[in-house]
Amino acid sequence: MCENSEIRKLFPAIAENNGIIYFDNAASTQKPEIVLQKVAEYNRSGHANIHRGAYHWSVEATATYEMTRRKTAEFINAESPEQIVFTRGTTESINLIASSYGRSQIKEGDRIVVSLLEHHSNFVPWQQLALEKKAYLDFLNIDPAGNLIESEWDRVITPGVKLVAITMMSNVLGITTPIDKIIEKAHAVGAVVVVDAAQAIQHQKIDVRALDADFLAFSAHKCFGLTGTGVLYGKKELLESMPPYQFGGDMIEYVTKEKTTFAPLPEKFEAGTANIDGVIALSAAIDFIEEIGWGKIREIEQDLTGYAIQKMKMTDHVIIYGNPASMYEKGPVISFNIEGVHPHDVSSILDNVGIAVRSGHHCAQPLMKELAIQSAVRASFSIYNTKAEIDYFAEKLKEVRRWLGYGS
Amino acid sequence: MDLSQIYTEVITEHNRSTHNRRSLPEVTHKEHGHNPSCGDDITLELDIKEDKIIDAAFTGTGCAISQASTSMMIDLIKGLSVTAAKEKTEAFLGMIKGQKTEAELEDVLEDAVILANIKNMPARVKCAVLAWHTLDEVLKKQLGQ
Repeated sequence: MCENSEIRKLFPAIAENNGIIYFDNAASTQKPEIVLQKVAEYNRSGHANIHRGAYHWSVEATATYEMTRRKTAEFINAESPEQIVFTRGTTESINLIASSYGRSQIKEGDRIVVSLLEHHSNFVPWQQLALEKKAYLDFLNIDPAGNLIESEWDRVITPGVKLVAITMMSNVLGITTPIDKIIEKAHAVGAVVVVDAAQAIQHQKIDVRALDADFLAFSAHKCFGLTGTGVLYGKKELLESMPPYQFGGDMIEYVTKEKTTFAPLPEKFEAGTANIDGVIALSAAIDFIEEIGWGKIREIEQDLTGYAIQKMKMTDHVIIYGNPASMYEKGPVISFNIEGVHPHDVSSILDNVGIAVRSGHHCAQPLMKELAIQSAVRASFSIYNTKAEIDYFAEKLKEVRRWLGYGS
Repeated sequence: MDLSQIYTEVITEHNRSTHNRRSLPEVTHKEHGHNPSCGDDITLELDIKEDKIIDAAFTGTGCAISQASTSMMIDLIKGLSVTAAKEKTEAFLGMIKGQKTEAELEDVLEDAVILANIKNMPARVKCAVLAWHTLDEVLKKQLGQ
């Protein structure tokens, strides 16, 4: 068993929690003290806008901001910092690709492939682009257990496919996808691959070069940072060939009455004042993750997930969705239902005893349809959760049906 | 607040009762109500003749609160004039917004006052009001509003 009481102390919201068991980590993680401190320190010691001022505070802010870009590049093993674009989050990163790369490259009759595991943020932009361009949208299907059906890929990923959009880990089922194989297959037919790492980023080391990902997106608030900050990674030649996504300050080179030339990468894609607080927090969050270490993170999460599944399977009337062939392919995200009780009622009942879980369609309606359910409850863990919390959760799950008048 | 105040026998009974969950033989008005964020999805059927709600029923899926609220609403408005039903929807929506107290509305809303406490559960307000807003759409059209 993993001892993570030391880790719990590093998160004020967890260490000082008022009896709340936070099991909604797939939606957003809590922030460690070091992240909160770094943001406060920066603001207390003098905040200024970046890239613009010639005075000390601005120079300092710019240095910290650009240092984070280098750190983020190293974090995901990008070749160079200018391949890291700071955005508002995964959603904006993917919209940037769809709007800039997609609109300029996808033509009528082209094919775009998305999986049915996708979050709406890696689904709707491609569906809308296909509609706009009269391109075709094809799907990577899943089996009833939630695994991608690999045997269909040869039929779906064929010449004519220009772009494949795929998650690394389902935000609903916690299932990781064989992303390297998909990328290889897509590249073999000349398609670029957009990787949604929003859910994977807090659980595993990501190496964009080893993956040979063309684009990859994630959010800081799902890996111990702040909301409103995200990252877009892209291969240099792709990013350089793409038109700007938004126009305004910071992304220009020369502006005259007649025309504008644009800044080089990455500023070309960072119009307006950036979320400097969020970027500073991301820097601290990356330090934090590296300090804990991926091995430890993985060990704690696998331990908790296995334990929770075992406990839940022992509970009557609980249906768990997403069963990969091996537990190694399951992140700490468990969606389930309790027979006869709507997920929203489950969530309210658990909230009443201090357990925070998510309920609803989890921004993945096509997946819900595949699973033939309207919605589900989701419990998702992070490194500060404990088996004692899972024990309590399992006990409370048993009581849910009684609230709605069932005998057991 | 104590959740048991909400999940009382009344809700449980309504949630599991089937008398209002059906399709009507004669439908003059059909309105679809949907909470996109949670997936509550109901279709309200009404048989309105000469300004009177002769019959009402619903189909669809949703949580106990949305289903109970819908069923209680139907019990309440059956047989009423459109104007009287509109007063009920306004009373209910006013209660959930906290503009009127449970005590003030007990005579108007009967069993449905049990849902007054939903105003203390912001995450569930939309579940409780779904059917009432859906009905309100029909009534507004009927009253030419």
